[in-house]
Formats: sequence, structure tokens, C-alpha cells
Amino acid sequence: MPVNPASPYALKSVRDRWAPSPAGLPPKADEASQKAGPLPAGHQEVKIKIAGMHFHYGATQALFNINLAVPTNHVTAFIGPSGCGKSTLLRCLNRLNDLIEGTRVEGRVELDGMNLYDPQVDVTDLRKRVGMVFQKSNPFPKSIYDNVAYGPRMQGVRGTGVLDRLVEESLKGASLWEEVKDRLHHSATGLSGGQQQRLCIARALAVQPEVILMDEPCSALDPIATGRIEELIFSLKTRYTVVIVTHNMQQAARVSDRCGFFLMGELVEYGDTQTIFTNPRDKRTEDYITGRFG
Amino acid sequence: MTRAPLKAFWKSGELFVWLTASGVALSLLMIGALLGLIMVKGLGQFWPADILEIRLADGRTLIGQPINSETIPHSTSQAHPDGKRRTRFRVGNQDAFGYDFKWVDADAVVAQAKPFDLTVFNRREWGPLYGRVRALYREAAPVAEGPAAWPALLPLIEQANRLHERIHRIEHDEIGEINRRLESLRLQRQALRLDNRLTDDETTTDLGLQQTMAGLEEEYQRQAATLDSLRRQAGAYEVAVSLSTGQEVRLPLSKVITALRPNEMDWSLKTLTYLGNLWEFLSGEPREANTEGGIFPTIFGTVMMVLIMTVAVMPFGVMAALYLREYARQGPLVQLVRIAVNNLAGVPSIVFGVFGLGFFVYTVGGTVDALFFPEALPNPTYGTGGILWASLTLALLTVPVVIVATEEGLSSVPRDFREGSIALGATKLETIRHVVLPCALPGILTGLILAMARAAGEVAPLMLTGVVKLAPDLPVDGQFPFLHLDRKFMHLGFHIYDVGFQSPNVEAAKPMVYMTTLTLIAVVVLLNLVAVMIRNHLRKRYAASAV
Repeated sequence: MPVNPASPYALKSVRDRWAPSPAGLPPKADEASQKAGPLPAGHQEVKIKIAGMHFHYGATQALFNINLAVPTNHVTAFIGPSGCGKSTLLRCLNRLNDLIEGTRVEGRVELDGMNLYDPQVDVTDLRKRVGMVFQKSNPFPKSIYDNVAYGPRMQGVRGTGVLDRLVEESLKGASLWEEVKDRLHHSATGLSGGQQQRLCIARALAVQPEVILMDEPCSALDPIATGRIEELIFSLKTRYTVVIVTHNMQQAARVSDRCGFFLMGELVEYGDTQTIFTNPRDKRTEDYITGRFG
Repeated sequence: MTRAPLKAFWKSGELFVWLTASGVALSLLMIGALLGLIMVKGLGQFWPADILEIRLADGRTLIGQPINSETIPHSTSQAHPDGKRRTRFRVGNQDAFGYDFKWVDADAVVAQAKPFDLTVFNRREWGPLYGRVRALYREAAPVAEGPAAWPALLPLIEQANRLHERIHRIEHDEIGEINRRLESLRLQRQALRLDNRLTDDETTTDLGLQQTMAGLEEEYQRQAATLDSLRRQAGAYEVAVSLSTGQEVRLPLSKVITALRPNEMDWSLKTLTYLGNLWEFLSGEPREANTEGGIFPTIFGTVMMVLIMTVAVMPFGVMAALYLREYARQGPLVQLVRIAVNNLAGVPSIVFGVFGLGFFVYTVGGTVDALFFPEALPNPTYGTGGILWASLTLALLTVPVVIVATEEGLSSVPRDFREGSIALGATKLETIRHVVLPCALPGILTGLILAMARAAGEVAPLMLTGVVKLAPDLPVDGQFPFLHLDRKFMHLGFHIYDVGFQSPNVEAAKPMVYMTTLTLIAVVVLLNLVAVMIRNHLRKRYAASAV
């Protein structure tokens, strides 16, 4: 992997893969993804592959035999009614479910061909590669700057120059820079709800992940703020692989390239968003997206 | 028709509002009454009240300050439907009269007046002396007599006080330092002999030590000679005072602290004297079995003990709470531990005192002595009550409060923050360190405030673990190593008990009890205010997310 020695990221202990390529873009998934198995339709590279996966919360099973492949640099949406397991699946992709006692996973979840649930996987390292944005915006009660710099600092990035650039780039990436550049050291809790959510996106970007998971990121926002986040999601996919869970079917139709419909812990249908919304194969999917079901 | 409005009144909840409000009012009233009583009874004693000269029906004269008056019990008769009155006077001159206070029946008073020349002497021993200045003597030869004696007296008293201060400094600092060095040399020699034989090297060292000791002894003799001459100088002047009985006493000026004529003082002068007395009370050292003088060592001891306790209890309690809340698998066992911790807060404090005595003082202190201070044995160094052991005992007593408050603080940190941090690739430790603890800090400090308030007011465990009636030295001073954790100390709470119940002059001690109580309350409030201010500052910084 090429590391530009002039890059500020190369100065300190950030690992190679966070170093941007000379073009300024994160390195594309390379050989690893080619080993990941059969490509889905359209010859996209696979970023995440889930095969024969079951998930249990203690005695209750939440997901049944999930099989799907998330393509690189695309937006994949999970839709379905409440309690269908879509958020659970999302939280398996960065192993956030590990925090809950008594959870159990069977089957394979692969990121670039690496099984996430392999005991040798460094979980914190995984979470640096797979960022997450939550349903409720959760900026830390610190300054805007400190919020964005939190992740890099945890990785040992020091030096104001490096951090300043990282914060600026991340805030620009989340199209928040223009609004907050004059008050970077004010408390993040003073931002509006939409701004807070974009700050959380910026915070996730600052770690320079490969995948960004979004768990109903707009459910607490008004339509205008939602619109801005959706635009943002659309632009993010040029650099990142995005997986989004949403209740809002119009949103899924607007922002996603591929879409999976979940019902009672099962993946009912998965395919191109266009196909799912115009010509669903399954009766249940059709019922749900036409609002006959609910 | 009549029932409907009543029903509406019930339903409106008006009554409940009144009920709850009266609960608040009653609490405030009780607190106000408590503070008011203490302040009225305590703060009055520093006021230089006028001195009365009273002629009694039996021909005797009496000089003193009125303290309080009351109706004589069972004194109602036809002539006096409201009963007879009597007044208590402080007549002082305890060494001459044998009593300090005297009740005087109102109908026994023939005449009373406030002559300007009545003087009250505050003495280093035997309390106040009331009378008239007659003459001033130096080495038994009269210097000034009659009205000229008073103006001549005041500068001499000031001079005597300066001399007293110098004598005290020599006794305490210079001779004290010689004594400490002698003691340390003695211990060094003792240490050489611990194995019951001296090698050649050790014999040489021992001889050297012996010579140093001899040098110090000489130094001591010199200081003692200086002291002698100063004492003679201080005792040179005497003032002759005629008492109410007409008897004349000679009072050496070295025994006088102040001489006042309150009857010729105006308000501003009295206020100044009052403030001076108050300052003396707060900054001075106790005299006369703690019934006079100041209480500075007790304030210092109390604050010091609370601070050491805080330093001990904080890391301990926060760590325990962190484990219970963040790491331990929640289940019946943890729940049991939690219940046990909560109940620990309800254990009577004297039980902790007994534990502190048995564990800290005897076991830990005894071991420390055996390991590090064997040359001083059988005199204990740490194997006896001291401020460290008292503070640790109180830390044990208050650790449940800190644990409970910290746990609450930790559980109030939203899960979103933790997940947000974890999802950014932070480890659990990093999350706790950078997100959870800062957010829980106000809650932790609340626990600290509660712990400090409880610790500052505890007396019982301290009596077993290191508080004394009178400590010669503060736990912090200019001698190496500056902080003396093994020293015994004085404490405001114990001081109240001691002054109130153990003093020989109960009447004179009464206002001291109230003043000490007031000071204790003030110290607790002050400590808490500081902690509250820190907490509010942090709360503003870590205000929870708005959305």
C-alpha cells in the first residue's frame, strides 16, 4: 500500500491504512475483496459478506440464517418494521452487540474476507475500520473540535497540526465545516439536532473508516435536516461503503443502491433498490413497501 | 350545592400544596431557630459589656458584668404576682472569691452605677479580674499612683505581651527544636544498640553523637538562662487593684492579657474590641482548660482531617464503584455486595472507631513501628492514635456514601455516549477515562460533599483514634517532614464535648460551646461550598446533550 511520506498522517502512529493515497482518497479495497467470493450482480466488489448467520439474545433468536453481500462504495439500506432485527444486524457489523451480555453469533460475517467473529480479531481495530452513526445524535459533552478529534486521539494521533487538518477535513466531509468553523471550541451540545448528527458523522469520518454504519440517522430530525443528511450520504459513498438502517421507505429509495427487507429476523428479500421498490419478488415485501402491512 | 365547591377544593390539590409548603416552612424554621440560638448565645460573649457596681442591702458592694436574668422559681406571692427577678453577674476574681458567677436578687440591690474607672483584666490564669486600678509598681517600688496609674498601665501591658510572646517562642521553637534534636540523637544512639553490641565503626559514630548531644545541652543551658532573665523582666511590673470587697491585690503584668474599661468606651471602640476578640478566638490557642483563648488548633485539625480523609476515600470509593458498575457481571452477587455497602453506611460510627483502634492503630500502626521505628519502642510512633488513623477510619466510614453516589453518577451517563465512544474504536478503559468519568464527575463530587459533611461532624470514632483535648503541635509545621501524620490533633466536634462537659468552669465555658458549635457549622458549610462550586463548574462543562 502506498504511503505518502509527506502526508501528515504518516508522521505519527496512525497505521498505514489511514494514510490517504496521494489523490487524497482512501485506498480502494484491493486484493482482499477479490478473495471474498462471488460478486453480486453488476460486478461490484464485496465489502461485507454475511453467510448463514444466526443471532441470539440469550434464549431468544433475533436473526435467522442471514445471507447477503454489501458492495463497496455503495449505499445499502436495511428496511423493515420495528423489531425485525435490522438494527441488530447492523450492530453485528462492528460487533457493538458484544457490549450486551448473553449475545451469541453463528455463521460468518466477513469484512474484506476476514471473519469478524474470529477470536483473533482485534475488536477495537475493527471498529476503527467500521464507523457508526446512531439513531439519537450522541455528541460527547465536549467541544466540537474535541468531539471530532476524539477517535484520532484514541489512536494516538498527537500534534495540533495533524489534528487540525483531520478535524477540518472531517467536518468538510460531513458538510458541517462552514457552519462551525468559527466556534470549533464551543460545546457540541449547543448545535441543532441536524448539526449534531452531522457532527457525529464527522466524528466517524475522522477515524478514516472504510465502512460507515448508520442506524436510522434521521429519525429524530426535521425534513430539512433529513434532506441535508441524505445528500451527505449520497456523497459519502464515493469514498466509503455505507450501510443504513431506516424506517423511512422513501429515504431508502432515495439514498440506497441496494436494499434488504427484513421481517421477524429473516431477510425476506435483498437486491437492487430499484428492483425492490418497483418489482419485488416477495409478496410480503410488496405489502410492506406499499403500506398494506405493518 | 355546598358539597360541590368542597369537592372541587379537594380535587384542586390546594390543600396538598399547603401541606407540602408547610413541611418546607417547618424545616426552614427549625434550621433558622437552631442557627439563631447558637449565634445569639455564642456571638454575644465577645462584646465588652458595661461593668456595674452594685450596693447590696446587706452593705456589701459587687462589681461585675450582668450575664442573664430570670424569675426566681416559686417566688410568686401576693406582693409579686409575677415573681421576683434575679440577675446573674460575672464577678470574676475567682482566685480571691472562690467563685466566678453570682446570682443577685433584684430586691437586694440598693443602688447601681457604672463608674468609668471600673476595669476588667483578662488574665492568663484564673479568668477575669474586676476592680479599680490603684497603683503601678516596679520591683515593689511605686511608679504611678491614683489616676496616673491607668495611662501608664496600657503601654506596659503591651510590652508585657511582647515579652510573653518572646518567651513562648523561645520555649516552643528554640528549646523545642533542641529537644527534638536531642530526642532524635538519643534514638540514633538507641538504634546503634538495637543488636546489643557496638562495632568499632558504631562506637565512633556513637561518640560523635554523644558530643553533639553535649553541645546541644550547652545550647539548652544558654537558652534557659535567656528565658530566666526574660521572665524576671516580665515579672518586674505589678499593678495594684482594689476589688469590690475593698481588698487590694497585686497583679503581675506578665499575667495580664488585656485591661479594659468598657464603661468609658464608645460604640466604635467596643466594636473594634469585639472584632479583635472574635479574631483572637478564631486564631488563638486555647487557655485555661480550653475555656478561654482561641480554637485555631481545632479548626486546623478538623479541616486537615477532612482533607486527608478525602484524599483517602476518593480513589478508593470511585474505584470500587467503577468495578461494581462497569466491570462486574450484574447479578445476585453484585446486588448482595451493593446491599452490604449500603448497610455499611448505617453502622454506628463508634463501631468504626473500635475497628480503627484495633486495626489501624494497633495492628497497622504497631507493625509500622516494629518495622520502621524500632529504636523508639516501647514508645509508639504510629502505634497510637494520630491524625492519619483518624482520617482513615473516617474514610472507611464514608466510603459507602462515595460508592453509592459514584454508582449513581456512572449509571446516569447515557448508554449513547459509551456506544459512541466504543464505536469510534476506543477501548472500554479509554471510554471510561475520557467519556464516562468526566460525565459522572458531578455525581462523584456530590458523593464527596456528602462524605465530607458526615466526616466533619463525626466525633465518636475520633475519640478512639487520635483526638485529644489539647495537642501541643499542629499536624503541619515548619519542621521536616512538615506533615506529621502520626501526631494527635484537636477537633471542633470533640472540643464542643470537652469544653461543655469536661471543663471546671461550666458557666464560663457555655458561650465557648456555642461559639465552637457555630465555627463547626461554618467550617462544614465552607468545605461544602467549595466542593459545590467545583461541582457546578464541572457540571457546566459537561452539560448533558441537549437533544
